[in-house]
Amino acid sequence: MKELAVFIKKEFRHIFRDGRTLLILFGLPVAQVFLFGYAITNEVKDATITVWDQSHDVMSRKLVTKILATDYFKLAGVAENYADISNGFRSGRHMLALVIPPDFARKFQQHEAQVQLLLDASDPNMANLLANYASGIIANFTRQELRYAPSNQIVTEVRMTYNPELKGVFLFVPGVITVILMIVSTLLTSIALTREKELGTMEILLVSPLRPGIIVIGKVLPYLLLSFLNAILILGLGFTVFQMPMAGSMPLLVLELILFIIAALSIGIFISTKTASQQVAMMISLFALMLPTILLSGFIFPIDSMPWPLQWLSNIMPAKFFIIIVKGIMLQGVGLEVLWRETLVILAFILVFTVASIKNFTIRLA
Amino acid sequence: MDEQSVIEARDFTKKFGSFTAVDSISFTVAKGEIFGFLGANGAGKTTAMKMLTGLLTPTSGQARVAGFDVWHEADKIKRNIGYMSQKFSLYNDLTVVENMTLFGGIYGMSMPEIKDKAAQVIDKLAIKSFKDRLVASLPLGFKQKLAFSVAIFHRPQIVFLDEPTGGVDPVTRRQFWEMIYAAAENGITPFVTTHYMDEAEYCHRVSVMVEGKIMALDTPAALKARYDCKNMGEVFLKLARNPG
Repeated sequence: MKELAVFIKKEFRHIFRDGRTLLILFGLPVAQVFLFGYAITNEVKDATITVWDQSHDVMSRKLVTKILATDYFKLAGVAENYADISNGFRSGRHMLALVIPPDFARKFQQHEAQVQLLLDASDPNMANLLANYASGIIANFTRQELRYAPSNQIVTEVRMTYNPELKGVFLFVPGVITVILMIVSTLLTSIALTREKELGTMEILLVSPLRPGIIVIGKVLPYLLLSFLNAILILGLGFTVFQMPMAGSMPLLVLELILFIIAALSIGIFISTKTASQQVAMMISLFALMLPTILLSGFIFPIDSMPWPLQWLSNIMPAKFFIIIVKGIMLQGVGLEVLWRETLVILAFILVFTVASIKNFTIRLA
Repeated sequence: MDEQSVIEARDFTKKFGSFTAVDSISFTVAKGEIFGFLGANGAGKTTAMKMLTGLLTPTSGQARVAGFDVWHEADKIKRNIGYMSQKFSLYNDLTVVENMTLFGGIYGMSMPEIKDKAAQVIDKLAIKSFKDRLVASLPLGFKQKLAFSVAIFHRPQIVFLDEPTGGVDPVTRRQFWEMIYAAAENGITPFVTTHYMDEAEYCHRVSVMVEGKIMALDTPAALKARYDCKNMGEVFLKLARNPG
């Protein structure tokens, strides 16, 4: 046990003396959280709108006021014709335009009013999103002003559960935790282990009385601890800066975090048993693991809308299951009674990669 | 096993598939003797050394190292040997003292023992001003001598040196061999592989491996006389060119 302690101390020295490792460990998570929290967002906020009001009556002004009263839209200016509107799109003055035809108030009372929304569909997702938001506000306005629901129409009452304000950051925090843990645990451990091989110190360690298992544990434990601290750091940022909710059980979340970290570590160890150089270990970790983790885990692109081969492939990404678990606990407040299947999958990953690593390690020694 | 021998190998063999890397070698190394283990690249000396140090399991044959059986007592062997590889065997991003603490700790030494021993080594190598500097910043000559000091830090019975003087200047090599002699006098048996034939002359006894077999084993003087050569280089070439 004393030998292990000495060894772990050494490992921490390696980590704290390497600027690059420290940067990946603590700089990257913070940067990613803020990047995804603020910059990369698909929420609508202050979208610029231009209004061409041909009616200029009480009703049309009320409608415009109603639209601008929300956080979603901000007035970019007024237009007098369609040429103004298309120029506005090209110059980037506005993202959408609202055209209100003449005689709006009278037609409105007769249930015949129409308005036109023009959007810049060179960004189709955004255009769709804006159209939905604007239509929603207009439909609301109609119901409020006429004080009854039109009889020829089904009124949809939409309620967004678990994330009523549709905050993107609620999805990104679990996603960022997953990606960071993957980077720290898998990438850094596979590099740390292959570095010893490359430098030749692994041979010295294997000749020493330290058992191979102790060497691996000694190399990996510091990363387990640092990964865990990292997860707590990201969660802390999520709670304080982005007001993430915590609907479920914190102990369960901690337990799942540790399980996922161990899974990622076992993958890192496996990679290092397969490669002899740090470069190759890094390539495998980054390209064979990071990219699929980001793309196929449901972090950015919804898995349900992928073609079936990719959907099938997403099942071998431990990250996919972990994101489901984190979202389930934090947003929906569910526990193991729902998440036991995902938890078992992560346990299976640990088992498979640990067994494979041990097998590889002994083959190499024999 | 003879009281005075620290390594005793009999019909020691390693096969990789159909290739026999080490072909039934037998030899003994006496305590305190500087044993040179010579051979061209691929002759099997590294494989033999790996089996003796417990990095590889032999295919067949017997060997006792430091009094323990390689088949069943590998753990005890590891506690009683030191090893210095061709590659630099210390951590560049740790200081001199940290390296000593680490390796002393791995070999089960207590903190007071480590402190004591570290002070001795620092004194002997005259590197007091370097002791809290990162090993990376030391001159190469010091690094090599330090690596050797760390390899025998835990007072092993045998120290395996795998081409220890590669890339080192002649003056440092000379000093390095003085350290090897001092260790041998202190009862630590150096087992050295080398490419430098002048170094072979420094050994008490040398074995020459060719194609997995030990072709000759004697003192340098006896070998030179038997093969009628002026130096070990000629002996080596004669044996390597005319195996059998």
